[in-house]
Amino acid sequence: MKFSTATLVLAFAFATPLTAPLAAQSTDLGEPIGDGGDVETVFQDAASAEDAGGLTGSTTDTSDWQDLGIAIPAFATDRDQPTPANADGTGALGREMARVITANLRNNGLFEPTGPDSLPNPSFPQITAPAWSSWNGRGAEMLVHGYVRARGDDRLVVGCYLYDVALQDELIREGWVVRPADWRRAAHKCSDLIYARLTGEDPFFDSRIAYIAETGPKDNRVKRLAVMDSDGANHRFLTLGSATALTPRYSPDYSKILYLSYVDGNPRIYVYDIGSGQQTLVTENRNPTIAPRWSPDGRSILYSMAVNGNTDIYRVPVTGGTATRLTDTPGIDIGGSYSPDGRQIVFESDRSGTQQCYVMDADGTNQRRITFFGGRCATPEWSPRGDQIAFTRIAGDFNVAVMTPAGRNLRVLTNGWQDEAPTWAPNGRIIQFFRTTRNAGNSSLWQVDLTGSNERRLPTPVDASDPAWGPIRP
Amino acid sequence: MMTFSIPKAATAALLTSALALGACSKKAPEELPPAPITTPGPAAAPTPAPTSSAPGVGSQAHFEGAVGQSAVVYFDTDRYNIDSSDAASLQAQAQYFAQFPQLTFTIEGHTDERGTREYNLALGERRANAAKNYLTSLGVAANRIRTVSYGKERPVALASNSGAWAQNRRAASIIIN
Repeated sequence: MKFSTATLVLAFAFATPLTAPLAAQSTDLGEPIGDGGDVETVFQDAASAEDAGGLTGSTTDTSDWQDLGIAIPAFATDRDQPTPANADGTGALGREMARVITANLRNNGLFEPTGPDSLPNPSFPQITAPAWSSWNGRGAEMLVHGYVRARGDDRLVVGCYLYDVALQDELIREGWVVRPADWRRAAHKCSDLIYARLTGEDPFFDSRIAYIAETGPKDNRVKRLAVMDSDGANHRFLTLGSATALTPRYSPDYSKILYLSYVDGNPRIYVYDIGSGQQTLVTENRNPTIAPRWSPDGRSILYSMAVNGNTDIYRVPVTGGTATRLTDTPGIDIGGSYSPDGRQIVFESDRSGTQQCYVMDADGTNQRRITFFGGRCATPEWSPRGDQIAFTRIAGDFNVAVMTPAGRNLRVLTNGWQDEAPTWAPNGRIIQFFRTTRNAGNSSLWQVDLTGSNERRLPTPVDASDPAWGPIRP
Repeated sequence: MMTFSIPKAATAALLTSALALGACSKKAPEELPPAPITTPGPAAAPTPAPTSSAPGVGSQAHFEGAVGQSAVVYFDTDRYNIDSSDAASLQAQAQYFAQFPQLTFTIEGHTDERGTREYNLALGERRANAAKNYLTSLGVAANRIRTVSYGKERPVALASNSGAWAQNRRAASIIIN
């Protein structure tokens, strides 16, 4: 096998511990789930340097991608060996990896993938030298090959290759070394490699989602903090449910989660450290704090605090210290979402009489209303690409809508009874939100792409709300 | 065990009128929750002899038995102002808390489900504070009143219609034990 020798180690950067002034009661916390492993990229593609232009004719819009057939047979293994990642060994694991990739590409409505259960199994040597004759005539323009190898140190080496069937040529390849527990991350990395190469867009599959898991009747709802991978796997509950938890937000480096908890009887924002399973109050203050948000660099936190019933937006360093008040109108000023460059904040205010969206500079100056269409604007979230703002549009029903940062080109993307609280995929192409049913009050996570197409429900073990999509993992 | 008594005739008169105002409120929700156990109107009859089963001072049942439906005030959609029926209810509460100065209590602010989650937390806080401010204007010490907002997270009426929403837009006073 002709691997490049270049080695690029991408380790998680788990920042300095948070030193908020007041340790909080943590009576509702479950067992910590730990930081998770790192993924080491062991080789990178050979072909992209000479052909970096993306797939000609298939990169411009979603409807074209959907016509693109991709064959994804089982990943081969050099020698079927036991692995903690799969009771049936590395061969069975290779089939599972191809299934994960197939589901990723299909569930997001992006392509027309065919998975390993209806395809021949390539041998290990064929991974780098495909048997073209068996892949012609299957209606698949693209072919994914890959392998899984159990290394002596108990780590797995996973290779991922994308071929153009008609050209009989390799488009891109990459490989990763992962702990067996992180095998799905390698499948997501491979999905991301394929997606990015074929669309020219940034990747998003290797990412996680924090949300609120809901159970029980409408008047006695249990709301727990939970996390999962972007495809719903590796689901974990982080709180036990004795205290209501709401509105989580992953830190940009995935080391912490901001969320609201009633654990001391009052609505207050906590900073939950994923590695240690400990949490601290975002600010030492007796007033209720709500609507937490991270700055793009992870160094500042926005929160909204009600003082004598009047809610304003504040910023505080993640390391604690003095908070800066950013708004001072008599209305409810709440939420806030930074532009990707960190220079501006879009937020929600009812200072005009109804909820509308406003933009201010990051220091609180230059506040101006941007929404003037009918209805109300709530929970604005700036796209990671910077070109769009997603929000909850209230016009009788709640719908997820997008507009430019200047408040123009309103497009309503969903039409449920209550579709609330949009959150962006790391690449700014897909939006998740939660949908509540009338009367019953059941809630579930959904996603829709920027064109308003490919709406689908995300699988969760129980009812779910307040999704917060984290960035692409390193 | 004392249940309820009226110190002054003037207070009794004010309380009576307050309850009467509350009873003919223009904005009472269409379907109210079941009325609490009826207690003899304080001005209508002498305090009955306490029985062993009567709720004691310091219990929520005693408070609700004394003020009836005035234990909860209701708000119009997206509003937090204290209107005349709210004022009557809060006057009844103020009388009660003047009677029992040892009591502290929480005002829980709630909204209906037709707002976003975060905004409703702020709106519930605003409603709880509006009720608190009105009570303090009536002489209830601020340090006896705690406020908490539950936004739209704890509805009492479960349907998605105007009657249920009217019941859920509320500030409820809860005795702290």
